[in-house]
Amino acid sequence: MKNLETIKKLLPNWVRDEGIDDEVVLSSRLRLARNLKEIPFPHKANEEQLQKVYEKVELALEQQTDFGELEMIKFEEISPLERLALMEEHLCSPQFIESPQNRYLVTNEGKFFSLMINEEDHLRIQTIMSGLAVDRALELANKLDNYLEQSLDYCFDENYGYLTTCPTNAGTGIRASVMLHLPGLTMVDQVKRVLSALSHLGINVRGLYGEGTESFGDLYQISNQVTLGRSEEELTMNLMSISRQVIEQERAVREALLRESRNKLEDRLCRAFGILTQARLISAQEAMKLFSDVKLGVELGIISGVSRVKLKELMFLSRSALLQRIFDRELTPNEREYYRAELIRKELQS
Amino acid sequence: MLCQRCNEKAATVHLTKIINSEKTELHLCELCAKDAGSELGFIFESNFSFQNLIAGLLGGELSAPQEPSVEVKCSQCGLTFSDFKNAGILGCGECYSRFQAGLEPLLNKIHGSVRHVGKVPQRTGGKILIRKEIDSLRRELQQAITLENYEKAAELRDEIREREQEL
Repeated sequence: MKNLETIKKLLPNWVRDEGIDDEVVLSSRLRLARNLKEIPFPHKANEEQLQKVYEKVELALEQQTDFGELEMIKFEEISPLERLALMEEHLCSPQFIESPQNRYLVTNEGKFFSLMINEEDHLRIQTIMSGLAVDRALELANKLDNYLEQSLDYCFDENYGYLTTCPTNAGTGIRASVMLHLPGLTMVDQVKRVLSALSHLGINVRGLYGEGTESFGDLYQISNQVTLGRSEEELTMNLMSISRQVIEQERAVREALLRESRNKLEDRLCRAFGILTQARLISAQEAMKLFSDVKLGVELGIISGVSRVKLKELMFLSRSALLQRIFDRELTPNEREYYRAELIRKELQS
Repeated sequence: MLCQRCNEKAATVHLTKIINSEKTELHLCELCAKDAGSELGFIFESNFSFQNLIAGLLGGELSAPQEPSVEVKCSQCGLTFSDFKNAGILGCGECYSRFQAGLEPLLNKIHGSVRHVGKVPQRTGGKILIRKEIDSLRRELQQAITLENYEKAAELRDEIREREQEL
């Protein structure tokens, strides 16, 4: 595990940052979908045209100094494992790593933003922050967007706004999301009720890595559904205020659990901690489930000696590709379970 | 094979999950599969995608009146309206104006609106930005008149005229 400290430093900065309401909110993310004028959308473009998209974006960023040092990654040139690690860090989508041809990823040093080039749209500007900070995520995305627009001609229509490959993104091209940790609501079987109510308010619930992915460890991602006919500010403010209401509900349930069945709750959370500190083999899914309980224990002061930051780091490091990055080689599924357990034990006991 | 959950009905839903090459198999009856949804971390109707939904919406009553007898084709990228109906995605910016008749009811259905009110590109937005500004000045003017603030109204009227010169 000699790589551990180095790999930790490479994790996105927001993982270690404090944030508003971060006992419930893990992160806030935002993306803007943009296409360039006079070039067909990626699925209709040929290789030459896709290359041109990249060259234009590269040129647009050549002189920039506002966003620190950037890394440009040609997706075909890195290993499948490295691609997966980038997805696990939420810098690109699962769709993006499926077919790496003609795709590029631009990230900055602290990894709080990324540009996906030639995903479903020519350009996807993404920002990510700790805690409930959709407004700040929008601010940064707008700054990047405005900078790029100084030299890129976007596909824009007066009526339909920014034109996107899928009509569900047309208009603002915005998708703002909040990653919520809802172990309390899940425990009392209320999470479905609360989340399904959100769909009436124009809010979608998605899995850990976005559309069509699964939900693990009581983590739920909620995001705006509508992109046309409302301004970016309206959409993000709406998501923020709805998130605040869910956060309040989660807090109320946590308090009620402490009040009404403290012993049961303590037992469950401490048992989870016991397994994590003793297990010799552990799958990614089981680890996420137990992290959820331990995180709740830490937030409620039931489990001490483990910091929130350490848990957040572990939630990332124990994902498959990042784990293999630490051990610097490809691991078989069995080896992964073994090394994951070793990593977690070492980190939680240190 | 019997359902692994209830051990009563025949298993008709067979799930093989491969996550980062870690494979798990599950055999359930339809009822248990639906029921087990959230617990297992998957949604039973997960084939239900936006693309299918759009194709469904376009195939229904929405497109019927506008359906042209001759296939409409985008002159820039070559996408046909049937292509769009099948895949739910457009081929280029030009598609939006080419397929406007079929697309607008769909956009309305998805977003409840067909008019963008958000951000406009700063550099290339030029006249659109000015028109938006005039719109908002007109609203202010209307309000000033309602409040009988005629001095302010006169100022706003002059400003609107000035901006209109720029168009």
